[in-house]
Amino acid sequence: MTYAIRAEGLVRRFGATTALAGVDLAVPTGTVFGLLGPNGAGKTTAVRVLATLLAADEGHATVGGYDVRRDAHRVRQLIGLTGQYASVDENLTGTENLLLIGRLLGLSRSDARARARALLADFQLTDAAERAAKTYSGGMRRRLDLAASLVGRPQVLFLDEPTTGLDPRSRNELWDIVRDLVADGVTVLLTTQYLEEADQLAGEIAVVDHGRVIAQGTPEELKARTGGQVLAVRPTDPTDLPTVVAVATEVTGTAPEVAQTTVTVPVNDPDVLPAMVRRLDAAEVAVAELALRGASLDEVFLSLTGHRAEQDAPAGTDLERIPA
Amino acid sequence: MTAATLAAPLAPARRPGLVAGMRHTFTLAWRSLVQIKHNPMELLDLSIQPVMFVLLFTYVFGTAIAGSPGDYLKFALPGIIVQNAFFATMTTGFGLNTDLTKGVFDRLRALPVARWAPLAGRILADTVKQAWSVALLIGVGMILGFRVNHGFAGLLAAFLLLLVFSLAASWISVLVGVLVSEPDKVQIFGFMVIFPLTFTSNAFVPTDKMPSWLQHWVEINPATILADALRGLLVSGPVAGPVARSLIWAGVLLAVFAPPAVRALRRRV
Repeated sequence: MTYAIRAEGLVRRFGATTALAGVDLAVPTGTVFGLLGPNGAGKTTAVRVLATLLAADEGHATVGGYDVRRDAHRVRQLIGLTGQYASVDENLTGTENLLLIGRLLGLSRSDARARARALLADFQLTDAAERAAKTYSGGMRRRLDLAASLVGRPQVLFLDEPTTGLDPRSRNELWDIVRDLVADGVTVLLTTQYLEEADQLAGEIAVVDHGRVIAQGTPEELKARTGGQVLAVRPTDPTDLPTVVAVATEVTGTAPEVAQTTVTVPVNDPDVLPAMVRRLDAAEVAVAELALRGASLDEVFLSLTGHRAEQDAPAGTDLERIPA
Repeated sequence: MTAATLAAPLAPARRPGLVAGMRHTFTLAWRSLVQIKHNPMELLDLSIQPVMFVLLFTYVFGTAIAGSPGDYLKFALPGIIVQNAFFATMTTGFGLNTDLTKGVFDRLRALPVARWAPLAGRILADTVKQAWSVALLIGVGMILGFRVNHGFAGLLAAFLLLLVFSLAASWISVLVGVLVSEPDKVQIFGFMVIFPLTFTSNAFVPTDKMPSWLQHWVEINPATILADALRGLLVSGPVAGPVARSLIWAGVLLAVFAPPAVRALRRRV
């Protein structure tokens, strides 16, 4: 197996903060690899090191076989970078943004124009091609971002939280584009704090927390590690929640989680479900929902880290943004 | 998805040399200039503000300071050009900070382009913008009665001197642009420093009309020295002394601000 990306023992500190505390990665060529973790986990720092934007304090990494420090220029010829912090120019039109990158990559004026036109058509941006990017919707912006990172026909694509802030429809569109790219042989390193996104796209996932990879495997392997299944109960009347929690604790022997009006608890024994039904019936609790389902990556994250993946950490705690 | 990916990467394998770096610089300068099309406010900054200053100063202060608007224009237009040049250097820091905070800088640096090209491209574009507003200022001045006494050579020399000085002074702007957290703070810095700096020079008011304690500063203020050099080159008065002192100031600004600016930029990106 060949690896498009390899990293060994990457360490990066920002003052007293350790953003990367020894990260090892091996991404097979032609696959999607997901870096999953909350804000401030070190995902963006890892991408910036691999994309030659930031030097690691310790460890080394190769992309396409080239060292990201020694052969940074070769690496830059192989990669595309899209993300929250690698963005298009809002004051240029879609066409101008792609022309700029084509020209910087050494394309002739006419080749750059042709490439821009083809990419804009591929990403359904032809109608907006001559409008400034600041007038684009969030989904259009991300598509243009992605198109911009593809001008150089990269073999390795870094997608840093590509769907953060997108509505579900735009997110699905972007996922389809990523799937098409992988079908064409591109290797993708995806960072995300959306557990569903990693599950949807990535063949292999590394869960990152506090600058370390705390678990790695296929989505199925990671889900299996939590013991399999989750029981979810939503009482019709929210005032029954304490009763449901008490019953669930007694039946499963584990303290359940309450999110809004749904009680969830990991279970290993399938007999728990009928027992739960009997006990709720005896307690005269009417339920709107009662289901046994496979553990989501959210629950995987919880069982691995002991805390939930915060979806919206306050800006001040986002250590990845402050490289000083 | 046929256009999106194909076998070979497009860029050449070699590290970009000086010629390639120059090409990148021109492309990036093109980018900064094309932005104006989509950001009319910038055109306003570049065109209307200088013209407004010329009109206001000439007709509001002219008679009070120099006896007539025409006489005042001869004195003040070089000063207005200096103030405009200082403000123009701030666009470098503003644009740089915008690129840094919005992530455009990261995107550019992840491309196989010369490392110095993004900054050089921005400075080149800002030089073009500067040239535009100087031409506009002199043009409007001439309509109002300003006369260039030393012909084209004087004009060219004045322009080159401004260019050299602005290039040196723009390192202040680069340093500020790298250090502050958002573009607006570059503008705030600009107003806080450039207004006092240019108003405590002889750009608008002759030195001998100011309180004596202030005159010591006015005489060494770089805005005074540069304005005197422009007066010498465009209208009348000594040339060699003010030009030499302007170049010394440019050298000092370069030596003091360029190294920390480059260091700060390296640290930030």
